[in-house]
Amino acid sequence: MSSNMSGNRFDMTSVTTATAKPAGNPFWHDQRKRRIVGDVLSHLLLAVLAVIWVIPIVWVFLESFNKNPGPYNETFFPTEYTLDNYVKLFTDNHVLNFPRMFMHTFVISVFTCAISVFFVLCVAFCMSRMRFRFRKSFMNIVLVLGMFPGIMSVVVIYFILKSLGLTQGVGVTIALILVYSAGAGAGFYVMKGYMDTIPMSLDEAAYLDGCTRWQVFTKIIIPVCKPMLVYQALTSFLGPWLDFVMAKAIARTQDNYTVALGLYQMLSREYLNDWFARFAAAAVVISVPIAILFIIMQRFYQESMTGAVKG
Amino acid sequence: MEATVSPTKSGKRARRRPADYIPPSRYTIRGAAGQGDALTRLSFLVLGAGNIARRQIAKGVLFLAVEIAYIAYMAVSGVPALANLVTLGSRTQTKQKIDGYWYYDPGDNSVLLMVYGIAAVFITVLFVVFWSYAVRSAYKAQLLAAETGSAPTFGDDLRNITDRNGQVAFMALPVAGILVFTVLPTLIMMCIAFTNYDSDHVLLFDWVGFKNFGQLFSATGEVNATQFTSVLIWTLVWAFFATFLNFFLGLFLAMVINRKTTRFKGFWRAVFSLSIAVPQFVSLLVINQMLQPEGAINRLLIEWGWIDQALPFFTDTTWARVTVIVVNLWIGIPFTIMQITGILQNIPAEQYEAARLDGANWWQAFTQITMPYLVFVLTPYLITTFTGNVNNFNVIYLLSGGNPTPVGDTAGKTDLLITWLYKLTVDRGDYNLGAVIGIFTFITLAVVSLITYRSSASYKDEGGFR
Repeated sequence: MSSNMSGNRFDMTSVTTATAKPAGNPFWHDQRKRRIVGDVLSHLLLAVLAVIWVIPIVWVFLESFNKNPGPYNETFFPTEYTLDNYVKLFTDNHVLNFPRMFMHTFVISVFTCAISVFFVLCVAFCMSRMRFRFRKSFMNIVLVLGMFPGIMSVVVIYFILKSLGLTQGVGVTIALILVYSAGAGAGFYVMKGYMDTIPMSLDEAAYLDGCTRWQVFTKIIIPVCKPMLVYQALTSFLGPWLDFVMAKAIARTQDNYTVALGLYQMLSREYLNDWFARFAAAAVVISVPIAILFIIMQRFYQESMTGAVKG
Repeated sequence: MEATVSPTKSGKRARRRPADYIPPSRYTIRGAAGQGDALTRLSFLVLGAGNIARRQIAKGVLFLAVEIAYIAYMAVSGVPALANLVTLGSRTQTKQKIDGYWYYDPGDNSVLLMVYGIAAVFITVLFVVFWSYAVRSAYKAQLLAAETGSAPTFGDDLRNITDRNGQVAFMALPVAGILVFTVLPTLIMMCIAFTNYDSDHVLLFDWVGFKNFGQLFSATGEVNATQFTSVLIWTLVWAFFATFLNFFLGLFLAMVINRKTTRFKGFWRAVFSLSIAVPQFVSLLVINQMLQPEGAINRLLIEWGWIDQALPFFTDTTWARVTVIVVNLWIGIPFTIMQITGILQNIPAEQYEAARLDGANWWQAFTQITMPYLVFVLTPYLITTFTGNVNNFNVIYLLSGGNPTPVGDTAGKTDLLITWLYKLTVDRGDYNLGAVIGIFTFITLAVVSLITYRSSASYKDEGGFR
């Protein structure tokens, strides 16, 4: 992230002058003082906001070590700390089996990630690099489809899966993978936008050399799209970890729960008082890898964003 | 689908014609009916006949096999499924005692009958498309055989759809996925809007026409016009504030961080991105816990002596509405900062240099240089965000759960259309009303975004940055 600092070409030296009260003419015209006041004010603002932004995260982190397993404590931060919550989370499996949920979600996300990246790449490639009759209509149809609230069809998807016999046992895992990845092709817009910035002459040269579409796709476009590819892969990998509406409709027994469902369950009335601290621990456990993935993703994302808007 | 021009040619053509113009195919159904010979015309009935006659054996057999499979499917389950789609079943659940044992007859399940029926319609439509393709293919084989002496072989065709017309092979699977898991459910749900599938008719229900739409605009009932308008207005107000407050406050913060003299830029950005890194539903559930009457925030404020009793974060309408908007700022601003920082750094520095030489102050520079640039780049993003906020299920459902909910109402004061829909369908089982609301959500979104999106620069000028 520090690489962005050096690239800062944006001069807004006096952005906060509007908030500084004009204290007579001499002060108003003194550039140096004005800048100092602006600096103090903006650093103050940033510091206050930073605290607001960090507090919930720090709170849940400390809460995960809280000795009192319930949600409501006398003080804002816990007073006694213990590692028990983490230990129990992974060993005490007969009510909510967290390790199992974790593995289940992991398997689902690996497959989802592979399938959706492939789908998105294929569709984006066709939309960006090929010209055929159905192209514009396809883009418009997808746009319109995207406006139907996804939650509306959750129930129907369950019935479709039921008629396919995918609502029991291993079927649920397959069903979740299908549900998360099958429609992925519709999310081609960002990837297409990125591919649009790759010069067409690159493809044309390759075709002249006798490359097939598939070769251009795998040997030229995919390598060039790497930043966006990583972004796409990580977002689709994260999907199953974050969704709970679909999972709730499809995984109806606790054997098939995903992590998000489990966490939601821990906060339901029956569980809350015994499980809140473990909820916090589980939140930390899944947040850490996601945060790491996110940091990787952000680097690629910014790279691709800045690449995509360069004139 | 078959005759896409080669890339070099299309490059030349693009310069003369309107962008990516593709001439219509000459192999049309009408052509096949008018100029086709006997064999081509036979293909109207027996798919693949024309192809087999032109020695495209594999292709012809494939077409014929699909036709036979379709006819067999229709005969065995398709026609009954279509018939059931009309009646939606009539047998109720019964049990009978035979030889001392209870025998259960599960009866008809209207939803499943509907799924099968619409699937049958769907398959029929797909078959018609396929039929037209097969007929045109026969006609094409006839013409090509007459012109070049032989129709393309199976190998040629395979090479064609994986290379020159690669879109067929590339998009087959993704499109199939979209059809089955996006289009089909949406269609079925739209049909449910015209039935009485609610908590009173769980297994068996019937078509009722536009009754549910009438219900939405009636004066009484668990879903009525007053509730609908209030939820719709709140949805739009919410989406407006959630989108634009996020944008402007995020822009402001991004600019403060970006000032030349602000120290520790990386540190500030990292702090603000921290909240993105935490999964959204986790942070929402945590904040929900913190804002409970007995929760950490109220404790803290009481401990400090700032308040006497708990603040009504989710129990008072105005408090709840402001709370969800403010918490949404907490969630959304980091995303805006991330987006805008990259774009701000892309604005050519010379423009500011020139503006300063011309004596422009920061406000002029901001309105004349920064804003136009941001608006150009971010219009599609803003529209997507607006759409996303209308459909922002997570923030409302996990944070306030739609509360406060007046006694006897199905929608709470912070419920959006989408969370109301969820409550009606999943919690109450009134799928028909949920479907109607879904359709209205769609209309709202379509009106707002199609107009703006289609007139935005980035849609009109797809290749603008190429």
